[in-house]
Amino acid sequence: MLNRMKVLSASLALTLASQISFASSTESNTDQQAAQEKGMAISLESKNRDTGWMDFTADMRMTLRNEQGQESLREVKMKSLEVETDGDKSLTVFNQPRDVKGTAFLSYSHSVGADDQWLYLPALKRVKRISSRNKSGPFMGSEFSFEDLSSFEIEKYTYLYLGDELVDGMDSFKVAQYPTDENSGYTKRIVWVDKQEYRIVKVAFYDRKKSLLKTLSYNDFKLYLDKYWRANTSTMVNHQNGKMTELTWNNYEFKTGLTDADFSRNSLKRVR
Amino acid sequence: MLVTHLTNNLRSKIIAASLLLLSFGATAAEFESSGQIGTEARYFFETGQYAEQFDHTQTSLFVEPELYWAWNEGDSLTFKPFYRLDSQDSERTHGDIRELSYVHARDDWEVRAGIRKEFWGVTEFQHLVDVINQTDGLEDIDGEDKLGQQMLNLSLVKDWGIVDLYLMPGFRERTFSGRDSRLRGPLVVDKHHVSYESAAKDKHVDLALRWSHSVGDFDLGSYWFHGTNRDPILTFTQEGDTSVLRQYYNQMDQLGFDLQATLEGWLWKVESIYRTTKGEDFQATQAGFEYTFTGVFESIADIGLLVEHGWDSRGESDQNSSGAQNQNDLFVGSRIAFNDIQDSEVLMGFSSDLDHNAFNLIVEASRRFGDSFKASLDIRLFQSTDPTEQVFLLKNDDHLQFSLRWYY
Repeated sequence: MLNRMKVLSASLALTLASQISFASSTESNTDQQAAQEKGMAISLESKNRDTGWMDFTADMRMTLRNEQGQESLREVKMKSLEVETDGDKSLTVFNQPRDVKGTAFLSYSHSVGADDQWLYLPALKRVKRISSRNKSGPFMGSEFSFEDLSSFEIEKYTYLYLGDELVDGMDSFKVAQYPTDENSGYTKRIVWVDKQEYRIVKVAFYDRKKSLLKTLSYNDFKLYLDKYWRANTSTMVNHQNGKMTELTWNNYEFKTGLTDADFSRNSLKRVR
Repeated sequence: MLVTHLTNNLRSKIIAASLLLLSFGATAAEFESSGQIGTEARYFFETGQYAEQFDHTQTSLFVEPELYWAWNEGDSLTFKPFYRLDSQDSERTHGDIRELSYVHARDDWEVRAGIRKEFWGVTEFQHLVDVINQTDGLEDIDGEDKLGQQMLNLSLVKDWGIVDLYLMPGFRERTFSGRDSRLRGPLVVDKHHVSYESAAKDKHVDLALRWSHSVGDFDLGSYWFHGTNRDPILTFTQEGDTSVLRQYYNQMDQLGFDLQATLEGWLWKVESIYRTTKGEDFQATQAGFEYTFTGVFESIADIGLLVEHGWDSRGESDQNSSGAQNQNDLFVGSRIAFNDIQDSEVLMGFSSDLDHNAFNLIVEASRRFGDSFKASLDIRLFQSTDPTEQVFLLKNDDHLQFSLRWYY
């Protein structure tokens, strides 16, 4: 925890330093700087309220729907381990569609630098290290990219507070987040965070050409262990191709006692 | 002494495993049944080079169910039989137990016992370091299909990597196409008269010890294998009025090494082996790279480019040795993933012998239909004007292959 705060304060200092070097004495620059600090503070609070869950397991179901209303189903099981000084570890096993059943994906995400990722192909019994550079690629043909499903880390963005807005009747902060990774598929995300619980309730994604690409809405929030809010459904709408993906989470369990050993290349080979 | 100790250790593990299996019936917590049923059709453009071969079409049906039981949070049993029924080649009508395996897993070690498949290596066009399982040569000629291998495997997860110990009681002979079959040379391999260097024949107990680890951007592995060579030496024999090839399996010691560096979009790969047998010692290496262009032409598709080179110290064949198949061969491939709902994909692979006139080209296109069907259309071309090349033996075997699989 101490280390994490250290990383955060270091990056905060860095952000401030870069602002200072650009700052002139005009008032608008001071406003800009205040908006950046506030944007970061909101995101930091949102992240901090969601730490300490240690580990979780859950089942994720995706419904892919095209413009004609045709549907296709994806089912995965997910295990995740909180890593205090770095990004989280996660293990994902595919169950649907059936031809990829048993395929498993292991990821060690890092707050700075490329993630480490391995794929297990059950027909070949092969574990393959894959490049994590393709963050913008679609996850199983859905409207979610790998980037959309990876854990949120403060260092992955720079911030700008844009104002307050109502989302589904909830008074929310509106914050722009600019990815620091050049391999990100986005130029910007606009995130709405509700003032009461600091939950992300809506995200708008802007593509590399700075046009609005997708909107993600979180619904059906549930409180776990009296502390952790999880949206049981979320819907990603792609405004450019008319497709959408609905994500439903089931069987959330926290603090199940997972350890590093559950995220080794050996467990990747036998996970179901 | 060490081996005796290990053997005793493993023996006690087997006993423990059997006890667990006995208790399994009462505590089974989870059962899963899945698998695939498929049909495959091949059309050969020309008639065969050799007298008994069928003319143009071959169809077959196959099943591969998988039954899985898990209990006690760490114990599991998997049973995966396989059977294929072929319209043309009675040899290719065959079955195998791909897997009948028990796993007992704890945090930092696991024991795996039974019939299993183990894959080692990083390259795509040739799997030099992958030696545990015998090739099922009836399934295809690419060597990707393997027979189940009986084994006892202890796997230890350490801070400095994963250590695997294998004890393999018994050996599987390679399977070869029959007389009626296409995709074979002029002589059929005799499956009845097989000889071995070891007096224990196919009961020889093979051993392997492998270490593998991930350090930052690098994934590496190294092993020692001691036992029956999976590659038979084929010798010409006259049986009555027909000529056949007879299989001889010698003993080998092999050191293997594999490395992949994952740097940005680049995957750099090397596999290398050093094999020593009574007859000869040699070294072989397969090395290359894979690079993926993502989101090409403003789409969501990816294009991967693969280049590998194979080298073998045995060199070309001459009067004294049969040489190596990939003594100086270049492999180039491409994979287009459309990243759509149907997982549409096209794979292309080209291999060429740089010392001779010989190449082959494979294009595979596949797509899912609905939620549980997958169709694939492959085309394979073999070209050679050099009678000493293996590809020359297949020069009339250019074909199209269509397969449809149903997954449940």
